Amino acid sequence: MIELVQGKIDLERVIAAVSHPGAGATVIFVGTTRDHNEGREVIRLEYEAYEEMAISELQRLVLTAQTQWPETRAAIAHRLGEVPLGEPSVVIAVSSPHRAQAFAACRFLIDELKKSVPIWKKEFFQGGEVWIGTQQGTPLPSSWVRPDS
Amino acid sequence: MRVLVRYFAAARERSGTTEEWIEVEESATLAGLWSLLVQRHPALAGLGSCISFAVNREYTDRLHTLRDGDEVALIPPVSGGSTGGCIHD
Repeated sequence: MIELVQGKIDLERVIAAVSHPGAGATVIFVGTTRDHNEGREVIRLEYEAYEEMAISELQRLVLTAQTQWPETRAAIAHRLGEVPLGEPSVVIAVSSPHRAQAFAACRFLIDELKKSVPIWKKEFFQGGEVWIGTQQGTPLPSSWVRPDS
Repeated sequence: MRVLVRYFAAARERSGTTEEWIEVEESATLAGLWSLLVQRHPALAGLGSCISFAVNREYTDRLHTLRDGDEVALIPPVSGGSTGGCIHD
């Protein structure tokens, strides 16, 4: 199961997608939206994706993980649009006969997802907004952040 | 020939559009297309080296030669990725 969803992620569904009688371990990663970043109080977060490519990149990552850890099964759900603070934006579940493979594959999937899957996060804070990933430590000047205002 | 250019995140905001068809010369490269796009939407220039490209949903480099009908996406750095030292305004 690989899904981009509007609205809340159904954690149980993601876990159910990898459950099977041969699984002795299921590792779940839940990424949640934080109320602060780099010293700023975050008001809200929005996610945007190049959906067709995000799906194909996620499928590629899952295949890579299953090649490296052959007995694992993986499911990924990523939320798009506005995500209220404290709610999950991404959930990854990996099952395997033994826990070591599930931990390793789950770690691989979240690390690679963040590097290469075309999903962007916009952070809104008091006095501005910024696309995370387009800057390192310093917010972009508000002169271009809101070109239409 | 024509290619479909799709803009996301910061590139979408700077171009003011989500997608558009662009006329390019036969055997134009992504680098050539990028020059056209910056002329058309000067605010894109500020993203400079930060932008990656995908052609038909696969990452590729700026020397890639385009074909008629290709779907080209401008990919600003993704949310958790390293910016790789890219510089923008």
